[in-house]
Amino acid sequence: MLCERCHQRVATVHLTEISNNVKREMHLCEACARELQGGPFGWLPQFSLHNFLAGLFEPDVAHEALRPRVGGRRCGRCGLSEEEMARGGLLGCASCYDAFQPRLEPLLRRIHGTSRHAGKVPARSGGRAKVLRELQGLKKQLEEAVAREEFERAAVLRDQIRELERKLG
Amino acid sequence: MSLKDIVSRAYSYWMDGTGPEAGLVISSRVRLARNLAEFPFPHLLPVEQAEQVIHAVHLALQHREVTQKIGKLELIRMGELTAIERNVLVEKHLISPDLLKDYQKKAVVLRDDEVISIMVNEEDHLRLQVLLPGLQLREAWRLAAETDDLLERTLNYAFNERLGYLTACPTNVGTGLRASVMLHLPGLVLANQIESMVNAVAKLGLTARGLYGEGTEATGNLFQVSNQVTLGQSEEEMVANLTAVTGRLLAQERAARQALYRDRRETLEDRIWRSYGILKSARVLSSEETMRLLSDVRLGVDLKIIDGLSHRLINELMVLTRPAFLMKLAGREMPPHERDVFRARLVRDKLKQ
Repeated sequence: MLCERCHQRVATVHLTEISNNVKREMHLCEACARELQGGPFGWLPQFSLHNFLAGLFEPDVAHEALRPRVGGRRCGRCGLSEEEMARGGLLGCASCYDAFQPRLEPLLRRIHGTSRHAGKVPARSGGRAKVLRELQGLKKQLEEAVAREEFERAAVLRDQIRELERKLG
Repeated sequence: MSLKDIVSRAYSYWMDGTGPEAGLVISSRVRLARNLAEFPFPHLLPVEQAEQVIHAVHLALQHREVTQKIGKLELIRMGELTAIERNVLVEKHLISPDLLKDYQKKAVVLRDDEVISIMVNEEDHLRLQVLLPGLQLREAWRLAAETDDLLERTLNYAFNERLGYLTACPTNVGTGLRASVMLHLPGLVLANQIESMVNAVAKLGLTARGLYGEGTEATGNLFQVSNQVTLGQSEEEMVANLTAVTGRLLAQERAARQALYRDRRETLEDRIWRSYGILKSARVLSSEETMRLLSDVRLGVDLKIIDGLSHRLINELMVLTRPAFLMKLAGREMPPHERDVFRARLVRDKLKQ
């Protein structure tokens, strides 16, 4: 048997790891085993950001809506299944963001504390997004103006908002 | 200069040793993750489509405005480079080690001065990077944003009104921005304050990690601090936040250096001169030892204990003495011991000049 890590030398070290009642066997050559056991804590599984993230895709039992459905959803465009996404920690294409939206929303909040973009918008394809961003800004200013009782300024802002909303249709 | 020549040159503009705070801040980097709307993300991309993505990027680079405003950007497929050349690009911090995996589907774009680089088909279709010497995050962001806008004239980015720029990994979605600074913090390490620094930085939505080595163990006392979150804030806010925190870290580092210089001057000077002495006379030098000694020498230059040495030379040595670069210089593969001998000779020669 060849070492399953380097695939070059003969496996002479056989490790069994049991975590969360899942048994995992590893067959390694001496060199790879030494490397993996090098740390002060002995053998540790290698850390991978994607596997770590994949764990976060796991539904909270408390959130009924997030329970996996039998069969699971699939992205209609790239064909990635919900399960594959959860396992790999990566989305398959731009449409996956729509396909898996209910599952992603809480995840994004966990990672970023929000699920709403507030940065740059592409000049060519983001025309509508740009107007929306401007609209958001104006609405915020309007609230502030009202709070400070600057009614003249508020009236100007309100007109600008109406104008933009009309543009968006 | 052809891209093959760029690869074999030791110098990159980020090593210039200029720019604000050049002694403590080695470089500032801004990276933008972008994807093309029409294609699956790279990990699901078949070879033919990977080639189409590379082709689309290649076309975008030739847009008249790109060459006028940004300069000539050259694309090279990873498969056209040798294994050593690919590793050299990693050692110069121009590409990530991930671009070496499955390299037949990947390409890299470089501007002559290596300030701008684009990884094609890494985790995302495009990873646009701007790398400048010293603390210049705002400048790096401006140049990255301008390049991004010009590429967008040709490329159709995956963008969503609510979520922003869409990326393969949900940790990058939104701005797709990762801004980082490479800091040299020997004072905080000697004063045993690194762990508190890492914890403090984490509370501010940023991450700090050793550039070489694991966790808080950083060979050469080099640390990278970067933003963690990519969604919900504007790029300007993120860049301003990182710049402000970096300013605080530099103040702490200076205070630690001053205290060391005041209270333990002989010990500090002795350590710096010894390190300089070893670099100038050793016959066998490992990569790790070199990084450690160069850190002491850099501190010596900052504290004006050593003169006549430039930050630029130290930065260059940091890259020149990495394993792949040595082999590139030697023009052949070398086993570790032979590399250590070659490295020691190279360092002696460079420091004699």
